[in-house]
Amino acid sequence: MSVRILIPPTLRKLCGGEEIIRVRPGTVREAIGQLNSQFNGIRDRLCDQRGQVRGSVLVYVNDEEIRFLDNQNTRLKAGDEVSLIPAFAGG
Amino acid sequence: MSQGYMKALKCRECGREYDLAATHVCEFDFGPLEVAYDYDRIKGVLTREAIASRPQSMWRYRELLPIAGEPTVGRQVGFTPLVKADRLAKRLGVRELWIKNDAVNFPTLSFKDRVVSVALSRSVELGFKTVACASTGNLANSVAANAAAAGLEAYVFIPHDLEQGKVVNSLVYGANVVGIRGHYDEVNRLCAEIAGKYEWAFVNVNMRPYYAEGSKSMGFEIQEQLGWQIPDHTVVPMASGSLLTKIHKSYQEFSKLGLTTATPWKIHGAQATGCNPISSAKKAGLDFFKPVKPNTIAKSLAIGTPADGFYALKVMKETGGYSEDVTDDEIREGIRLLAETEGIFAETAGGVTVGVAKKLIAQGHITSDSSAVLCITGNGLKTLDAVVDHCGASRLIKPSLREFEALLAHDKPGLVAA
Repeated sequence: MSVRILIPPTLRKLCGGEEIIRVRPGTVREAIGQLNSQFNGIRDRLCDQRGQVRGSVLVYVNDEEIRFLDNQNTRLKAGDEVSLIPAFAGG
Repeated sequence: MSQGYMKALKCRECGREYDLAATHVCEFDFGPLEVAYDYDRIKGVLTREAIASRPQSMWRYRELLPIAGEPTVGRQVGFTPLVKADRLAKRLGVRELWIKNDAVNFPTLSFKDRVVSVALSRSVELGFKTVACASTGNLANSVAANAAAAGLEAYVFIPHDLEQGKVVNSLVYGANVVGIRGHYDEVNRLCAEIAGKYEWAFVNVNMRPYYAEGSKSMGFEIQEQLGWQIPDHTVVPMASGSLLTKIHKSYQEFSKLGLTTATPWKIHGAQATGCNPISSAKKAGLDFFKPVKPNTIAKSLAIGTPADGFYALKVMKETGGYSEDVTDDEIREGIRLLAETEGIFAETAGGVTVGVAKKLIAQGHITSDSSAVLCITGNGLKTLDAVVDHCGASRLIKPSLREFEALLAHDKPGLVAA
């Protein structure tokens, strides 16, 4: 079983229109690396020049944002789901 | 097709431009998109005289609001009172204090009617029939009411534990109200996923560039109502931080257009201690915030991952403003203080603003010889749950003069004749 990454509409053009991409278990950083080797340039969309996830992007592993976990070192196991979401506006 | 005075959507991070469609994020860096205007053309038409000749609503500044034609939703929204608060000023120890009172904004008693009338007017222009939002309550009320008046279908998504007043205030308009077992950040995450799948106008997701601009009208009104002046200090409650950045933008735009003189201004942000990602970053001298899990009675400000937190911190730094936060008890005290001194009943967010203003004045961030405006964004009748057990109770007597005089003798010994 693999890890499912839900691709937001903003990035689908870059990902050949795919809504879900499957990657191997590992860390969030490795998952972004796997995505980038399939779809060149996606890392730069998600991360800044220092390699940190941009402040305007939220990365959820199942129900928790990675800044409440171990950031990009957060472990992903088979069956986990990763969502990439633009930061939220007020309500 | 005419675009009015709008030029394009522009990424706030990299400056790339996009068509004026229902989209909110830059494809290259996830930066928020903002509306860019043709200020040269606006300068030719938007004068003090032109504004003063128009009806008293937020739409008197329409050239600086992002719709192509005339507004079709919420034409009566805005132009709420700017109240000179002398009694509160005296209590807090500041020379001049004003309350910008959006607790009486039309139609749903919060500043959200401003952003919603813009977002829905633009949604109609773009051909949408269904509108939606993720909300901490006030936005849901406003989308529900304004959509009903415009004949649009509405889906509103709210955390399951909102105040009853805010839930009923959405249901009554016939909106589809969906409670989510989670806090606002989780509601918003779900809505981002729904918005990616269904062709709806989510006012604070894909319509956000237009929606957010509506907040500027609160700042435009403050300046006009102060006699075309910018206040020394403005205290703004922060949930996502968007309102604070847009008040700042309204001061920049009016001074750029020559409608006001660019006297120095400081913008201060107010949060609840139970959800203070932005104020704690400011107090620690950081340019970025750490997300938090909200736990506060100020539910309308309970956003743990504020989208505009970074930009709000930037505005406070640029203008020399500061930020503070207040506990639940201090929030209730703030509500009572505003009510007892000025006769204005604000919701919990208003208690946050008053409580934080009190701290900023005591700390000297707002000096006693200056003028300050407090932005009150919602009505206390919607958050009765927060104060119901903290205001005392009415005293019961029989319809008897003797019983009343017994009560009065207790309150004011010596007043009642023996």
